[in-house]
Amino acid sequence: MRRNVGFELLRTGVAIAAALVIGFIVTSLVSESPVEAFGYFLKGPFTSIRRFGSFLEAAVPLTFTGLAVSLVFSAGQFNMGAEGQFFIGAVSATAAGILLDLPPVMHTIVCLAAGMIAGAIGGLIPGILKARWNASELVASLMLNYVFLKLGMYLITYHLRDPSAGALVSLPLKETSWLPQFTRNTKLHAGIFVMFLVVFLCYYFLYRTSRGYEARMTGQNISFARYSGVPVLTVMLLIQVLGGAVAGLGGAVEMLGIYRRFQWQTSPGYGFDGVIVAILARNNPLLVPVAAVFLAYLRIGADVMAMYADVSAEMVSIIQAVIILLVTAEAFLAGYRHRLTLKEVKQRASAS
Amino acid sequence: MRAQAEPQARDPILLMKGITKVYPNGLVANSDVTFEVRKGEIHALVGENGAGKTTLMKVLFGLEKPDEGNIFIKGEEVRITSPNDAIRFGVGMVHQHFMLAPSLTVAENIVLGAEPGKGIWFDRKQAERMCRELGEKYGLPIDPAARIRDVPVGIRQRVEILKALMRGSDILVLDEPTAVLTPQETEELFEALKSLKKMGHTIIFISHKLREVKELSDRVTVMRSGKVVGTSDTSQVTVEEISRMMVGRDVVLRALRPKAADGPSEVRLLVKNVDVVRDGTHVLKDVSLQVRTGEILGVAGVEGNGQVELVEVITGLSSCDKGEIWICGQDATGKSPGEIRDMGLSHIPQDRMVLGVASRASISENLISTRYNKQPVSNGFSLDIKAISKLGQELISRFDIKASSAQQPVGTLSGGNIQKVVIAREFSTGPQVIIANQPTRGIDIGATESAHKYLVEATEIGTAVLLVSADLTEVMSLSNRLIVMYEGQVVAYFDEAQGLDEEEIGLYMLGLKRQEPDEVIASMMGRPVE
Repeated sequence: MRRNVGFELLRTGVAIAAALVIGFIVTSLVSESPVEAFGYFLKGPFTSIRRFGSFLEAAVPLTFTGLAVSLVFSAGQFNMGAEGQFFIGAVSATAAGILLDLPPVMHTIVCLAAGMIAGAIGGLIPGILKARWNASELVASLMLNYVFLKLGMYLITYHLRDPSAGALVSLPLKETSWLPQFTRNTKLHAGIFVMFLVVFLCYYFLYRTSRGYEARMTGQNISFARYSGVPVLTVMLLIQVLGGAVAGLGGAVEMLGIYRRFQWQTSPGYGFDGVIVAILARNNPLLVPVAAVFLAYLRIGADVMAMYADVSAEMVSIIQAVIILLVTAEAFLAGYRHRLTLKEVKQRASAS
Repeated sequence: MRAQAEPQARDPILLMKGITKVYPNGLVANSDVTFEVRKGEIHALVGENGAGKTTLMKVLFGLEKPDEGNIFIKGEEVRITSPNDAIRFGVGMVHQHFMLAPSLTVAENIVLGAEPGKGIWFDRKQAERMCRELGEKYGLPIDPAARIRDVPVGIRQRVEILKALMRGSDILVLDEPTAVLTPQETEELFEALKSLKKMGHTIIFISHKLREVKELSDRVTVMRSGKVVGTSDTSQVTVEEISRMMVGRDVVLRALRPKAADGPSEVRLLVKNVDVVRDGTHVLKDVSLQVRTGEILGVAGVEGNGQVELVEVITGLSSCDKGEIWICGQDATGKSPGEIRDMGLSHIPQDRMVLGVASRASISENLISTRYNKQPVSNGFSLDIKAISKLGQELISRFDIKASSAQQPVGTLSGGNIQKVVIAREFSTGPQVIIANQPTRGIDIGATESAHKYLVEATEIGTAVLLVSADLTEVMSLSNRLIVMYEGQVVAYFDEAQGLDEEEIGLYMLGLKRQEPDEVIASMMGRPVE
């Protein structure tokens, strides 16, 4: 087993390296001074406290959506709905933050709960459609993203909008609902503790509870799970709800920690990035924050590069795409792995 | 092995030299295997399952790429990287699981890929004539216009053989061809193979039924755990000698049959007038049976005559359209697999890789799949990791599972050991009723022996066992009572399985003979219930 873990790490490492090389080649094609540009890209996140902070901040929502997707993927289900769940979670937290009057900590908790519940409903719908009518959860969750985006924008525009502001933004959230920020220079906020708690809870759920075991076995071999007596339909439903709750909570945390008003005009894209994070982390909750930090690093690096060099930030999409392709391609490095296996087997044979 | 067979003047038509094949999970399927076949012989390749016979043949047929070794056909070294190469070199293969298109006719299947006709036009008449002639030439008569889905297994196999011959195969590989056949069909197959041999074809016959090997083959090669143990003339060795080479020790497969209970005993499993309709046809029709505490009821029948559906209905994997199922006095009709397991039912499934295990999960994770929410593994919410690993270790040693640790993924074990994991899980929950569907299919003699032992042991503490098997010898030697299924119906019931005649059971299996339905029910259910 150890060999497997080592191999997977190596595989991911080689995939990243290959992606960076390809990224550099593309950069050289479009840039006057590719080495400099790529330097900005790699060093960017470390060039100032603010950038370093924004790179860690960006990892928080990615971790939440990464966890949401990982949970659902672990049960062998698809989840393309984290995007909408995250968005509607943020909208619900905004509503609770504006409309309710509560003492400080209490208010924050209620707002987070509102986000969670909204996200959970976002997971419940594709879950029910799947469990009851065997409708593809991939399609249902993907389509629901639009529903939640439009619903959220409707609520903000017609019920929560600040008419005195110049742009389409909501009324300010009450200060009692905020997640405190640590420093002036960065927006790093207390939501990071919530994040670590959720990372741990997801891990505990999947690997230390009976329900989590049911989910993983359903993901590994659904016929086997059914044969063993696992209520697979309930499991599918539950896991979609949990995934939705985590994504919704992520939206709420992002809103209360970073923003003081709701100001997104469109969905921020964390949900789809969550899929990338989950794939990189192999659906393991403990690896999700690591993958999220890595993805955030690429993003911030690309922003810095776009700012200082003649290469646009979209270059990072190429790097991401190559990594995902190589990591998910079963056959990538399979030959190398087979030679390793062969060598090991021979050693064992000659030793005995 | 008494003596290595004397090399004869005849050249080997096939020589596989130093073949090594390691699977990605580290399983060494073939280790420096050298295998030689002479022209015009029937060469049996025997060994327990997992010994590497099938892998060796897959290498020959281009389905697996060897890591080392060379293949020579008619003295020339060849590189076989796909079945097309193999066919080009005259190698044909009849797989264990037939690869035919059920909705096409016999003729269409045979000529597939080499259709006669002009341009895009397919000449059906010509194809049918070719197939009929081919069948007659080789003593394998067929009806070219029949659809594959309508013909029995024996005929499908014939079609596979003819298909290989049509492509000009002179080396024909048959992978456990008799596993799915009735005794009568087996006889016919052997006649055909013998006449093929007379016409100069070379046949490689994979089997672990040694009686058949002895009857049919000229030479025999024995494999054990990926290596060749030896090759000799079949006439020079006894069945006992071959089986000793296969297992590495003496084996006695005795009939262990539990002692029949005296007088009336409790009915643990009751199936009453069950119908299952799929796509408008009855796959189960008015099936009734009962299994009592401490006995084994055997279900004989050619595969595909409703056994799978019967097991699915009892275990809750599918529902029935009519009838009732009772387990230990509780109504189990239409209940979920989990609810039925809670009534005390265990199930050894026919296809262990599909239903029996999650192959990428660890042994201990597979062992707890039916008790993950019960004491001591769980308190109903969280899992007790220590209890799980203790249970894993305990069952590994009690059921003699060969593994490096309880954390090893099940998929990296051999077939026999995977089955032991399934058996360990299903037998260790104290079941009241065990449904064993083909419990020894594809596993080695050692594992078969222990599976039989566990089944009989379970009956000693009162468990009722329903044993479904296509291996007639197995059902007949283990069961107390026996039913035969044909086309979804129970066509015969024997109150005493001991001393029955295999040939006669074969007639029932083929549907050539049947008892009156009322008579079947009366004699099986007539005994006082409880």
